Amino acid sequence: MSLLAVKDLSLGYDSHAIVENLNFQVEKGDYLCIVGENGSGKSTLMKTLLRLQSPIKGEILKGDGLSANDIGYLPQQTVVQKDFPASVREIVLSGFQGKMGLRPFYSKEEKKRAEESMEKMGITHLSDKCYRELSGGQQQRVLLARALLAARQVMLLDEPVSGLDPKVTSEMYDLIESLNKEGMTIIMISHDIAAAIKYSSHILHIGSKIFFGTKDEYIKSDIGRAFLSMEGGKEDA
Amino acid sequence: MLDKLEIYLSLSFVQHALIVGVLIALCSSLLGVTLVLKRFSFIGDGLSHVAFGATCVAAVTGLTNNMLLVLPVTILSAILLLRSGEKAKIKGDAAIAMISVGALAFGYLIMNVFPLSSSNVSGDVCTTLFGSASILTLEASTVWLCVILSVIVVVVFILFYNKIFAITFDENFAISAGTKVERYNLLLSVIIAVIIVLAMNLVGSLLISALVIFPALSAMRIFKSFKSVTIFSAIFSVICALLGMLISILVGTPVGSTIVAADVVAFIICYLIGEITGGIGK
Repeated sequence: MSLLAVKDLSLGYDSHAIVENLNFQVEKGDYLCIVGENGSGKSTLMKTLLRLQSPIKGEILKGDGLSANDIGYLPQQTVVQKDFPASVREIVLSGFQGKMGLRPFYSKEEKKRAEESMEKMGITHLSDKCYRELSGGQQQRVLLARALLAARQVMLLDEPVSGLDPKVTSEMYDLIESLNKEGMTIIMISHDIAAAIKYSSHILHIGSKIFFGTKDEYIKSDIGRAFLSMEGGKEDA
Repeated sequence: MLDKLEIYLSLSFVQHALIVGVLIALCSSLLGVTLVLKRFSFIGDGLSHVAFGATCVAAVTGLTNNMLLVLPVTILSAILLLRSGEKAKIKGDAAIAMISVGALAFGYLIMNVFPLSSSNVSGDVCTTLFGSASILTLEASTVWLCVILSVIVVVVFILFYNKIFAITFDENFAISAGTKVERYNLLLSVIIAVIIVLAMNLVGSLLISALVIFPALSAMRIFKSFKSVTIFSAIFSVICALLGMLISILVGTPVGSTIVAADVVAFIICYLIGEITGGIGK
């Protein structure tokens, strides 16, 4: 059975559907990119996958012993976080909250794992620094380190490179790719179609037409070709 | 001056006032950090006006123990206001403003339409709005109630400190990771309402926001981690409340506004320290 299977899903707000009859599966180790125009429902889909909102119709099946607490999430940054006084360590540790139930404090084991996660993201030297004073790329690494503590199998990323400069962007992609190689299933919303083609194994295109398949199938498909030439044209301009 | 202070401090009603004042200042500062960061700075104001309205109703209907009405009404309003932001049809600041002025107007209206035989309306209203001398006439039972509630608030805050941090910093992530965010928001609402009702005795309902926001804002000028901000704002709040009360006892100024004035001065000092040093890392 697939890790995640979406069946006849319709999503939107207040029973007004943005996307209808969506079907796709995610297998363990996949790297799925969700692409599409602005307002096509990419973020709504992600919120629905995360249970932040409920679907209008259809269902999301979790297989292979995947529980909600095994999913990591890298959200877009919020306004609140811009002036939030918090050290990097405090934020990373909060990744454990979903697993803690009513237990009030972090265990030694959890603190150790938080250190490991920071090391993996290359932010150990920043652990006592204030989050709001970091650069955009560093902040994303902090949030990724936090998400790693929540994620055992799947990581959902909502436009992880928006607002980052090209060098930091490619570092971020490499980091995500290395996680994927270690066996983490990646589901990512992306505006960056070139990178989506470069790194992903599967593409989900949502909008007026829906496409789901492997990257190679997408490149050959009509919808894929149309979107690629359009987005490619934008970058040349 | 010191002799005078010594005499005052030996009086039991002054001691009671100091104990209650310090505890209220401590509790309100703990939650202040979360409220300021969640953009709910004015909730103290809004809820205290609700409490004012409820107090008026209690007074007019002749309830002997007005806590029975004031506390539940305030808690209910807090729950409505803090309900997960996205679902609300009227957004945070507008909802608070609406409930706040609405309750204020109705409270004052009721007091005027059904005046109590024994009292003068504007005097009563004024003391409820700006804090009264009632902090100096506390009965032992009120002091105990305040001590017990404060201890509960502090214990709950410590036990849920890491969760409060998580849901304040990133509510969506917390939900996605499986944290029962709704439940903790509910808990926060109840605690906030309890603190507001307690604090009305101290500074009155117009000045209550000061107790909530000044310690947090001052701490955020200087410190940069959630833990240090929380600890500093608690210390800041207690010191300002003590100073304010002592000054008001010695000089005879109104208790509530003196405490708030102390908060303002201390905030300016913290602001300057923050600007000069660029903040302290830990």
